[in-house]
Amino acid sequence: MADDAASPPLTVAIWRGDARKGSLVSYRVPNRPGQTILDVLTWVQRTAEPGLAYRFACRVGMCGSCALTINGLPRWACRTRAEAVARDNRIEIRPLRHFPVIRDLVADVEAFFERWQRAFGRFGPSGPEATDFARIAPDDPDRRAADAAIECIGCGICFAACDTVGANPDYLGPAALNRAWAAHNDSRDDRRAHLRAAVQNGGAHTCHSQGSCRRVCPVGRDLTRSIAGLKRKSLTAALKGKL
Amino acid sequence: MTEFRLYLIQRVTAALLLGLGLVHLGTILSATEAPLSAADILARTRASALWPIFYGVFVLAAATHAAIGLRTIAREWLGWRRDIWVMALWLALTGLGLRAVWGIA
Repeated sequence: MADDAASPPLTVAIWRGDARKGSLVSYRVPNRPGQTILDVLTWVQRTAEPGLAYRFACRVGMCGSCALTINGLPRWACRTRAEAVARDNRIEIRPLRHFPVIRDLVADVEAFFERWQRAFGRFGPSGPEATDFARIAPDDPDRRAADAAIECIGCGICFAACDTVGANPDYLGPAALNRAWAAHNDSRDDRRAHLRAAVQNGGAHTCHSQGSCRRVCPVGRDLTRSIAGLKRKSLTAALKGKL
Repeated sequence: MTEFRLYLIQRVTAALLLGLGLVHLGTILSATEAPLSAADILARTRASALWPIFYGVFVLAAATHAAIGLRTIAREWLGWRRDIWVMALWLALTGLGLRAVWGIA
């Protein structure tokens, strides 16, 4: 192709291996304008290394399955342009931090979603009547708090960016706690269940408010604020003896 | 004791230390401004039981706050997951502090 020759090729170092061991393997990839990291991986798999394992589904930033460590930061491969992250024409692609590796760039997300369960990251109706529709005004404070925390697609970027997740194996992590906070603000919800889950060992109070999660979140969720909300509400409930 | 309870205690002691620390700072400033000799200061602290009580609470709050904070740092940075050394640290800090309070009582 004509544009292949226009600029020098990219050197793309991709982590290859399994749960036990692995190393970076470099590939020379054409430097096409506008191509994404997902395009780069597809090129490598189709042209240079058919055995390369990586995960993707929607290609347009909706599913969250292509999250990877790209030049040191967690990002979506499909929404990251190669030319925007390349340094001296070099790009390093590793599996997502804090996730066990299955093979190459494919990470095991089971422990990540298991923590959503432990954080009670779901709707828990307060009674039989609460399963029906409720009329909630758009400017209701609870509605607004819930709005700020929804739209998370569970890509794991925040979990990979959080140093506390790496330091404390019990910590539930930003995504799970953010989900619990969203559900807590549903007026039909038995709100105490989320607060009880938030005060378990490794719960909301484990967060040091460093804010890496909200800095990297591709859908702009302020997860630090959600966790702070859980801390505040659970602390107030505990002091009132209503936990 | 759950992690949440430790978190709670650390926040409560932090709030206490803020107030106690300000009074302590004021005491230092007024004593050096006066200026008071060591004998003058001892005469004042021994005149009222409030001073040893004040500094006794101060010592307990500081020892507790420091031990919980260092425990978290050691767990996260060094991987020390056992709490026996935290208890030892708390006892040492409390012992040293209360011994100093005894000196002014």
